[in-house]
Order: sequence, then structure tokens, then C-alpha cells
Amino acid sequence: MLSIKNLSVSIYGKPILKNFNLEVNAGEVHAIMGPNGTGKSTLASVIAGRDMFDIDEGQITYMGKDLLAMEPEIRAREGIFLGFQYPVEIPGVSMANFLRTAINERRKYHDLDPLSGAEFLKLMEERKKLVEIHSKLTNRSVNEGFSGGEKKKNEIFQMAMLEPKLAILDETDSGLDIDALKVVANGVNKLRKPENATIVITHYQRLLEHIIPDFVHVLFDGRIVKSGGKDLALDLEEKGYEWIRKEAGIEEPM
Amino acid sequence: MPDITENITSELLMINLFRENFATIVASEPKAITALRQKAIEVVEANGFPDTHTENWRFTNLDPLFHAPYRFDFSNQSRPFDIDKIFSCDVYDLDTFSITLLNGWYVYQNAPLTTLSNGTIIGSLAKAMEVYPELVEKYLGTTANIHQPGLAALNTAFFQDGVFIYVPEGVEVEKPIQIINIIDSAEPLMIHPRHLVIQEPASKLTLVHCDHSLTHNVSLTNGLSETFLAKEANLDFYKIQNKGHNSAVIHNAFFKQKKQSNLISHALILNGGFTKNIINVELEEPQCNTVLNGLYLVDSNQHVDNQLLVDHAAPNCQSEQLYKGILDDEATAVFSGKIMVRREAQKTLAYQNNKNILLTDEAKANAQPQLEIYADDVKCSHGATVGQLDPAAMFYLRTRGLCERTARQLLMYAFAGEVVQRIAIAPLRERIDQLVEKRLKGELSICDQCVLHCNTKEPTVFNIDVSKL
Repeated sequence: MLSIKNLSVSIYGKPILKNFNLEVNAGEVHAIMGPNGTGKSTLASVIAGRDMFDIDEGQITYMGKDLLAMEPEIRAREGIFLGFQYPVEIPGVSMANFLRTAINERRKYHDLDPLSGAEFLKLMEERKKLVEIHSKLTNRSVNEGFSGGEKKKNEIFQMAMLEPKLAILDETDSGLDIDALKVVANGVNKLRKPENATIVITHYQRLLEHIIPDFVHVLFDGRIVKSGGKDLALDLEEKGYEWIRKEAGIEEPM
Repeated sequence: MPDITENITSELLMINLFRENFATIVASEPKAITALRQKAIEVVEANGFPDTHTENWRFTNLDPLFHAPYRFDFSNQSRPFDIDKIFSCDVYDLDTFSITLLNGWYVYQNAPLTTLSNGTIIGSLAKAMEVYPELVEKYLGTTANIHQPGLAALNTAFFQDGVFIYVPEGVEVEKPIQIINIIDSAEPLMIHPRHLVIQEPASKLTLVHCDHSLTHNVSLTNGLSETFLAKEANLDFYKIQNKGHNSAVIHNAFFKQKKQSNLISHALILNGGFTKNIINVELEEPQCNTVLNGLYLVDSNQHVDNQLLVDHAAPNCQSEQLYKGILDDEATAVFSGKIMVRREAQKTLAYQNNKNILLTDEAKANAQPQLEIYADDVKCSHGATVGQLDPAAMFYLRTRGLCERTARQLLMYAFAGEVVQRIAIAPLRERIDQLVEKRLKGELSICDQCVLHCNTKEPTVFNIDVSKL
């Protein structure tokens, strides 16, 4: 589904991802872990299409197509979803209006008729139930005045509405209490399908107790230095990241 | 038509015109009003018109406006007139008492002055000067500061007609009163309409003032309104402007507020040509509330200048100014908002905010927030921003599948929405909301401008082109 080859990315001339490689197949859940500032969020942004980064080298192929040649909205309509680490507040734009526009632009792209108001409302109620969001988030402006937990739940709700093929969740667990974490994890698990894939970017092993990954990758200094099964996350929880740094022969940051 | 030559200043031209037509202008008015005019023309003679060295006029050059061969109607030229044939209001469910000014003159539909069953008087100012001279003399000219640089003195010298509204004590006028100010002239036309609104204690009024042009000809409207809010009076005031590119509007609005009165003003400029809106609010007694909202959407080479002054002269008053603008092409906007807090105005709360979005490198916004505070126990703040749409919000919307154009429209619509949502009359709010959306999509034509529906043959499409950002 997603194939990243020899990807090197920099910002203002400062390299962030260095010769990065990753293969994700349908049905898989990949966890990308690593300390702060190693390039995890950059990876998510580059896949979603943020244009503030320079792609110095490498390719990303998604469903057989050149992903880097696509505008962010085309990537979205082709089934990529980014759950933001810091969801943006957009005062004055109602959740309902925003999501209906998003869904209908996507449907138009796939030559489908737009959803009527009634169909849309029905879908919204159904998906709210699926991801166990009971609040009136959808009556409000996008993320405006939402608590940290509400913002993250709202990302999962949007994901449920947009039904992506490839979902990238960037630090979706940060700042969540255990109840909110369970809501987020349940949502992700319920939306898992054999034809879809998920990349979970996280700092801690905590989220991976609820979303069981097939693969765990450790990102250090802009590249994957170690990959393994779900047990690798437990090792990291127990021993920290220091042993990986030593094993990979990476110098300590100055 | 006066002879306009290069050798004569605009001021002198207008002064000569005043002297030549003096007898016609003052015809049947009370002596006190004539004295007021003479004082005003002396001020014009002494001070002249503001130029770009004058404070509050640095970015708005009046001079070119006076160089057209204007026609002046010193007597009422309006023919018997069936308003419904020229336009009809297309705000659904908006039931108003509507009155019309054609080329500055009150259009006599039924009578020049109408007295409603609750005692409210609505009609022509010229007629009110005849019928209620004492009432008019008591108020007219008492809040309009003709010494302030600008054209208030010129209006005071030249005005002949306009709207007169009197709301008696305790009366709540149920229906909004809608003033429709129309210019329809084959030649360039200069007019000086004058409005007087008197609200007695605990009265309540909603006033909708629409400026509209039926032709694409050059016109200059130098209007002035004086509004008096007695104790506990409430006014919800709307000024909606949709004019052709060739029209210029200068409007001086003076408000005087007594104890515990409330004023909410909305200035909505969807298309303006050249616009200078001046609002002066004097909070003369304690516990007044004032909210001044503004929205301007301009493109091509339009120019809009909003100059506000809220003068806190008494303690425990609250005021807020929120003006927002979207500028495309080479459009320019000026915001100069001043909060004055006098020494006796303790416990003042005063806020001011001006936000602009520029869609091109050529569009320009000048924001000049000014605070002048002489009291020590007050809370005041001001802020001004000139910028582009938030790139983080743009990216967020695009990652959900919205194309760049739709994302921009949504963000601009939301930006304008903060002001639109403050419109209290629901049908008007919905209509303005639609107009703003259409305007931002580039779909607004002169045919569905303002709250009017006109029969113009040549629709002009105003287009904020969002693809250029």
C-alpha cells in the first residue's frame, strides 16, 4: 500500500529524515516510536503533503501512485488521513459544514453523488456511536475551545467519517487521560479492516496496549534503527531508548 | 452646472456655489438653521477640506472626488414615483417600515411626515423643519462637530433634506425602519443628505440604512446623521453599503448617548467604490453600552476608510469596536479607531479590534488604533492585524479533502462570520450571510445587491478572486 524508499527530507537546509525506508501493507498496523525530535511528526506531515519541507531524495509510492506528486487534498481523497498531534482550531467553521464539504468533495472526486443533508446527518449519528462520542462536538466550530482530549476524540471521529485506507495517527495519545485514551483506541480498533492500514506514531508504549501493532519501528536521527514485533515496544518501555542508541552507534546529542 | 476649472480650489468652488444658491437653500427654514449654515460655510472657508497631511485623512485623498462636473439639485426634482416599480426589498420575512431618498430628497409616498399610532414620527427632515421647528432646532447641529477635519461643515451648509425620526418616551418601534438611499442620475451628482434621529427615554428602535446606486454614474454622497439616545434608549443600527465602483460615499454619523442607553452599530460594506465612514460616539452619561461592528469586502481599486471615535466622557460605560476586512486586487482600507477616556470616565471598559486579510501583494490595509486615556481606573485594549489566511488551518482543511479554493472560501467566510453573526435581525442576518458567501465566491452581481432588487440592465459582477492567494 505504502512504500517509502530512501527518503531524505530537510527544513531550511537542516536534514530531518535521512535515507528513510518503510513498507506498509493492507491490514497491517505499524507503530513508529522514538524520542522527541527524531523526525516522527515530520514523517507524518510529509506523507500528508505539508509543503514546508524540502524533499531532497527518495520516493513515496501509495497504491501504485507517486504520492509526492499529489496535492494534500488529492492524497486525502485517495484515502490518506492524518490525525494531527495538534489539531487546528478554526473559529467560525462548523464541524458539520466542514465534514459535509469534505465528504462531498471526496465523493465528487470518485464520481459519486453528494450526500443529502439527511443522509449526512444519519451517517454522522452512526459514526458518533461507533467511536463513542456522545458530546455535542459536531454543533461547534472545528476544534474551537475543545479540551485536549476532545480534540483527539474529534480526530478519531473525523477518521470514522472519512473512512481512510491509510490512517496516520500522530501522537494521538499525548495529553490524554486513560479514559480518553481508551475511547481513541477503541475507535481505531473498530475502524480496522483487512483492506486498511494504520501507522501509529507514539512516544510511549501505553497506547500500544490498546492498539496492538504488527510491527514496531524505532526512529532515531531520521531513520529506522530497529524494527520488531509488538514485544519491542515492551522492551522499550522497560529499558528506555538508551540501549538502542548505543546499539545503533548513534552519538548522544550535544 | 458649475464651471470646474483647474485654477479654482474645490473649497472656493463650493463656497461660491453656496452663495449663488443661498436664497433657494434657506427658502423656508427656521432662522436658527440658516445661522447654523452660515457658521458652517465660514468653517469651510477658514479650514478648507482635509488633505493627506490632515490627521485621520492621511490615506484618503478627497481632492479627486471634487473634479467631476457635478449636478446639484437645490430643489426636489423627484417625480411622482412608484417605488415598487424600481425595486423591491428581497430580504425574505423582513417586515420593515421603509422610506426612500432619491438623489438626497425624501420620496413622498403617502405623506412627507407619518405619525404612527404609538406617536413615532417618521418623514422628511425638510418638512420636519417646517412642522416641528422647535424640536429640530433643539437637536440639529448640537452633536455634529463641524470643526472636526472633514466634510461635516460642508454638509451642514448644503443639506436640504433627509430623514427625520422621533420616537417618544417608552415607545418600542416594532418594525425596523429601513432607509433606502438611492442615487439615480444620468449626470454626475453631488448630494448632502442629512438625518436626524431623536429617541426619548426608554424607547427602542431598529434602523436599517441602505446606500444603493441604480446607475454606474459618478456620484458623491456627503451624508451626515445625528442620533440622540436619551436615558435607557436602545438603538440597533445597520448601515449597508453596496454601491457601484464610481460612487463615493462620505458619511459622518454622530451619536450622543445619555445614561444607560445602548447603541449597537453594524457597518456592512459589500461593495463601496470610495467610502469614508466616520462614526463619533459621545458617551455623555454613565452606564452606557456601545458596540461598533464593521465588515468590508472590497476588490479592484476600491477604497474604504473607517474612522471611529468613542468618547468616554462619563464613568462606568462600556464600548467595543470590531472591524474586519477582506481586500483583493489593489483595494485599500484604512481603519482609524480611537478610544478617548476622559478624566471623569473611571471604570471604563473599552475594547477595539481591527483585522484584515489581504489576498494580493497589491492590496493594502492601514490600521491606526489610538487610545487616549486620562482616567486611571479603566480597562482598555486594542489590537490590529493585517495578514493572510492561517496556513496551518489551510493545511488542516486540505488534509480532509477540501481543495485549496474551497478551503480559502470557508476560512474567509468564517472570518467574516464573526461580524455577520452579530446581526440581531434574523432574516437580515441570513440574507447578509448569503450575500457574503456569494461575494466571496465571486457570484454577487449588482442585481442581488444590498437588500434591494433592482432592474439594472447591465449586471456587474464583483469578484474577489480567491485563486490568487
